[in-house]
Amino acid sequence: MGRHRLAVLDRHRRHLVGELMRRFLLIAIPYIWLLALFLVPFVIVLKISLSDAAIARPPYFPQFDWAEGIRAFIAELDFENFIWLVEDDLYWKAYLSSLRIALTSTVLTLIVGYPIAYGMARAPEEWRPTLMMLVILPFWTSFLIRVYAWKGILSNEGFLNQFLLWSGLVSEPLQILNTTTAVYIGIVYTYLPFMILPIYAALDRMDDSLIEAAEDLGCSRFSAFWLVTVPLSKGGIIAGCFLVFIPAMGEFVIPSLLGGSDTLMIGKVLWEEFFSNRDWPVASAVAVVLLLILVVPIVLFQRNQQKEQESEQ
Amino acid sequence: MKRLSAFNVVSLTFGFAFLYVPMLILILFSFNESKLVTVWAGFSTKWYGELMQNDAMLQAAWVTIKVAVFSSTIATVLGTMAAYVLVRSGRFLGRTLFSGMIYAPLVMPEVITGLSLLLLFIGIGLDRGVLTIVLAHTTFSMCYVSVVVSSRLATFDRSLEEAALDLGCSAAEAFRLVTLPIIAPAVVSGWLLAFTLSLDDLVIASFTTGPAATTLPIKIFSAVRLGVSPEINALSTIMITVVTVGVIGASLVSKRALVKQRQEEQDAVRAS
Amino acid sequence: MIQFQNVTKRFGDFTAIDNLTIDIFEREFFALLGPSGCGKTTMMRMLAGFESPTEGKIFLAGQDIAPVPPNQRAVNMMFQSYALFPHLSVWENIAFGLKREGMPKPEINARVDEMLRLTRLEKFARRRPHQISGGQRQRVALARSLAKAPKLLLLDEPLGALDRKLREETQFELMDIQEKTGTTFVIVTHDQEEAMTVASRVAVMDNGQVMQVATPADIYEAPNSVYVADFIGDVNLIEGKVTATGEGTFALHWRDGAEPLRVKSPTGFSEGQTAHLAIRPEKVTISAERPADAANAVQGKVLDIAYLGNLSTYHVELPTGDIIKAQTANTRRISRRDYTWEDTVWLSWTATGGILLAN
Repeated sequence: MGRHRLAVLDRHRRHLVGELMRRFLLIAIPYIWLLALFLVPFVIVLKISLSDAAIARPPYFPQFDWAEGIRAFIAELDFENFIWLVEDDLYWKAYLSSLRIALTSTVLTLIVGYPIAYGMARAPEEWRPTLMMLVILPFWTSFLIRVYAWKGILSNEGFLNQFLLWSGLVSEPLQILNTTTAVYIGIVYTYLPFMILPIYAALDRMDDSLIEAAEDLGCSRFSAFWLVTVPLSKGGIIAGCFLVFIPAMGEFVIPSLLGGSDTLMIGKVLWEEFFSNRDWPVASAVAVVLLLILVVPIVLFQRNQQKEQESEQ
Repeated sequence: MKRLSAFNVVSLTFGFAFLYVPMLILILFSFNESKLVTVWAGFSTKWYGELMQNDAMLQAAWVTIKVAVFSSTIATVLGTMAAYVLVRSGRFLGRTLFSGMIYAPLVMPEVITGLSLLLLFIGIGLDRGVLTIVLAHTTFSMCYVSVVVSSRLATFDRSLEEAALDLGCSAAEAFRLVTLPIIAPAVVSGWLLAFTLSLDDLVIASFTTGPAATTLPIKIFSAVRLGVSPEINALSTIMITVVTVGVIGASLVSKRALVKQRQEEQDAVRAS
Repeated sequence: MIQFQNVTKRFGDFTAIDNLTIDIFEREFFALLGPSGCGKTTMMRMLAGFESPTEGKIFLAGQDIAPVPPNQRAVNMMFQSYALFPHLSVWENIAFGLKREGMPKPEINARVDEMLRLTRLEKFARRRPHQISGGQRQRVALARSLAKAPKLLLLDEPLGALDRKLREETQFELMDIQEKTGTTFVIVTHDQEEAMTVASRVAVMDNGQVMQVATPADIYEAPNSVYVADFIGDVNLIEGKVTATGEGTFALHWRDGAEPLRVKSPTGFSEGQTAHLAIRPEKVTISAERPADAANAVQGKVLDIAYLGNLSTYHVELPTGDIIKAQTANTRRISRRDYTWEDTVWLSWTATGGILLAN
């Protein structure tokens, strides 16, 4: 083998090593970032949820001490905080109430969103991009501002009450702001695009002649809608519901701006436990339980997305 | 031509009114003379003037923009890398965990993400401030970027990259000269998404910030908790206007490009 | 110039290429022909360097190419989708590989211009790929892959995306360019007409194996297996048992009670061996009376007539239930067909008209 051939082989080998190195870095950098800033923090939350509160900085016990070793450290951990969550009815009431509010507002969002998505899918072709953008635009606008906008509308002297009084529908202002009703309105309003978009996508894919075929086969307009349109948009409905339900469950901004003292939501409880009571272990335990509750819908959601993707192909 | 039924007209009208009337009222009352945001007392731009005088607010705006620029830029780089790994790298050790970590932050309640990151920063003794918010924002927005970019990469004709390799590019050159220019629109919209997510975020920023760095949403939140104020309306109006102009502008530009391309394609077919 | 030596390629459990050995010569126009999934594209991707063989070796000009990455091979590929870079003009697409090579600017200009002339694309140099027609895109892809003057050009279904008329024109253009440049072309196609037209040699592939490598005429007239005979063109296959009747002549006993068929074959067969007689429809003559001097003749009833314009194919059912196809050229405008449905006709062919294939 000549010297030249050896040089060529060497260049190829170096080339190969370089490619492997690049591939390794390409995977390693985002991977390590996510491990360090997403997964590790969860482990810490889990650990602190098993610790005890203490008046110290940081305010929990035990601190990890290399000298004492892992065994001693683990021995100090317990489920006290979780027992506390069960015993104090504030917490499980908050979980239940979050669940109820999230479920109710998901159904309400579906009722409001479906006709809009349906109307969009039935609108003339040249309007659709515009309508689509009108739905997406609020998504780009600050969430906080959109929630704030309702404060001025729902308050006792707000526009809604002014309008209701003027029209004579009520004789004295309704208390809406600082009630659970306001929270429902806020959730429906802010999460509406998440409901509309997947349903619209499903309806848009649907072949119009299916409805005509159903009517041709003797369906009334309504039964054609019920027997053909609704089942075919099922994937979109399910996706929309999860996209509203999952974040609504842990919602903090809406209940704290629009809800009253009687509106219990777990996101708000966690926030107060952490910032007001400075009880980090209990806040962590609240987070762990919330996550456990959400694991089921998250997994179901991803299953549904996969199924949708497969059916598209 | 399909005609809209009465039902559809009504549902669209009410639907979009519901979406937009609150914001229009908000904008209207930013020009109100009175301090009361529910009673109209004549046109005025004085709240904008006051906003410009409010140093704390301007300071917070500056911090927010700084955080958003840094975090969205890092997130775009990391998110594009992650998207490339997800779509192109095939199987590797811990792939399931990797894709799980990409998708989970999208649906994770913000309170949990915020709390866990804060506990991490305290655990490693990192001082809370602009740096910690940037780290936190980068982490969740890189996942959005990677979803946007990977959906573009999935429809990307792989033979383009192979053609570049075939014509003498190394893998890195093929990415720089062929893949990146073609997926650039998706990368840009990923950056924009990361940028607005960072601008809007209240919860995660509240957890991970320190006393030195107050972002605009934190400032707004503490102000509106107490009640409505026309100054916040003015600020909101500015933010809404910027976003609206940006989004409509971007969609017009991309629509025009698409129309032009279609036209040229038709011309090419007709000419041959 | 190219040698595949016992090359095997497996993807997991699936064997795409099975112990394949083949030689491709310099300045040859070589076609890999086979149904989709037969491994032809995998072979091409191994030559380009996008796949590496699981076992065996591939030599290019005497050198094992396994360690050479795709970007350093003197091999270029024209992709099925053309893979033109949409963000670059036609000119920049063609210059892409030359720039990577670090060729000086004036030389790049000259080379690109030469390529544009060769492919008659001078007018379109500044256009983007979406601004030109499908046929022009195909030529840009060809110009781009030829620009670096590769030793070997690989073409993956190069004409698949074109309509029929354009495809026929382009086939001749391809042959012309191949001759002018003197490059070795390897084309992958599932279209047998295309392979037969353009290639100097054709490899018929099935299930990761090469069934036959020969010139187009040999592939058609002298297939070496039932598979190749059946895959290329139209054919009647008659199964039977062989007995030798003389030097190089055999009788095929294909139905009890039917007259054995007489065949000449250069290959030997053992007594009683099962074999297939493959005979092309155009080699079967149709007539009303039994021809006096025919080596083989059978009687049947016309079942179906397929009128193809230049040709007519008659499907004739024999009393045994077998159907034999016979083709006649329509040399005169038809005022009246000689035979129509349900007519009783004679089919005849010579002893050398068909080929006897062992199983």
